[in-house]
Amino acid sequence: MEQQTGTFAVKKGLAQMLKGGVIMDVVTPDHAKIAEDAGACAVMALERVPADIRANGGVARMSDPDLILKIMDSVTIPVMAKCRIGHFVEAQILEALGVDYIDESEVLTPADEANHILKHNFTVPFVCGCRNLGEALRRVGEGAAMIRTKGEAGTGDVVEAVRHARTVLGDIRRLTTMADEELMSYAKEIGAPYELVKETKELGRMPVVNFAAGGVATPADAALMMQLGVDGVFVGSGIFKSGDPARRAAAIVKAVTHYQDAHILAEVSKDLGEPMVGRNVSQMPEAEKIAQRGW
Amino acid sequence: MKIGVLALQGDFAEHIAMLKRINVEAIEVRLPEHLKRLDGLIIPGGESTTIGKLAVAYNLMEPLKQFGQRHAIWGTCAGAIFLSKDANRNQPLLGLMDIKVERNAFGRQVDSFEADLDVPELKQATGTNEDYHAVFIRAPIIESVSGDAKILASAPDGRIVAAQQGHLLATSFHPELTNDTRFHKYFLSLVD
Repeated sequence: MEQQTGTFAVKKGLAQMLKGGVIMDVVTPDHAKIAEDAGACAVMALERVPADIRANGGVARMSDPDLILKIMDSVTIPVMAKCRIGHFVEAQILEALGVDYIDESEVLTPADEANHILKHNFTVPFVCGCRNLGEALRRVGEGAAMIRTKGEAGTGDVVEAVRHARTVLGDIRRLTTMADEELMSYAKEIGAPYELVKETKELGRMPVVNFAAGGVATPADAALMMQLGVDGVFVGSGIFKSGDPARRAAAIVKAVTHYQDAHILAEVSKDLGEPMVGRNVSQMPEAEKIAQRGW
Repeated sequence: MKIGVLALQGDFAEHIAMLKRINVEAIEVRLPEHLKRLDGLIIPGGESTTIGKLAVAYNLMEPLKQFGQRHAIWGTCAGAIFLSKDANRNQPLLGLMDIKVERNAFGRQVDSFEADLDVPELKQATGTNEDYHAVFIRAPIIESVSGDAKILASAPDGRIVAAQQGHLLATSFHPELTNDTRFHKYFLSLVD
């Protein structure tokens, strides 16, 4: 009997295990332990959270492998790491380290302004960002086994996360009402592979797991994204840029599980200390918005 | 018949979809009161540390242990860990099954795999001959069984991946990620 690794079912399967959970950005092994103790279902290992990447400027690249390995050693939950859009060698390195998922992320400075990584070539699975259904299905076409709506990372402002989730989920709702003969022309319009458009219509949902990201800072933000219809939530700067990370992290985990129970949401929202200060996206110059990276 | 699926975190929606495919009523369980009037419970795949912490935080540990004394429970992957007596580390466990498990025993995600398993009891119970095609995701193994627990299936390399103890069932793989409904039907045969 043969064992097959790296199949799409296995790649997509790990994302299915993360559903209903919170994936937290961590920059040290101590952060990773705090996240695991708070109930995170996975952590994203990186050198700087998006808010600091914004503040520091310069070129943002894959994190130091030594840091990623230390974080992998510190927890038993899955560890993800980011590579630049199109930087398939950073992805090869992350796969060699044994990370559980790679985020081909717009938060880092893109390495290719026309092409994303051909993710089918890897054994390790990938998650990619999107702002609409066309972008999501292009990434799945390249082999992404998980999708996250982009939001606007490092701002603590949930408005873009809401915009992108509403766009993607709204696109899917409209697709399910289309006649089959309209699908080819719709696939052309949104720039998505026809077969995936057809599959999405048949399933009535994204063909892979779909998390929200980019601006979630409170338990209420997380529950809002869940009620809009995503499968789980990434929280980046929102936890470790707040006054009491352990408490806030645990509260966000509870809010994602009990997202439909306003009494529990009220309870977990109490006395969390200062949230991250945040930046208002509507007052941000277009050039500073990172969600537009990705093709 | 009404089956609950523990919905604290993980792929509970996939289990519910499988149960609906075989025309069984299924509900999500997040709080102790959701266990009332259920005939059986599935604990899904997910992160066992997350599921354990949320079960402790919302006072589900005792109600789940009591439920398992009288009713069928099936744990897949994280659920199997949660049912065990011993997971080789300090985390909340129900301790209902006399099994010892080792988490992430096959390695990290790049080592996750699919394989065909010979499960004689499953073939017998469902009157079929085909092997069972199983999906393993960062899977645990069942290091050993003791007491009334018995081995149900082993991986190609001989390590134990499914066990049963009366009306309790543990699999380190994920029948809810396949189109094969036989394991769900087998579990239902354990429900009174």
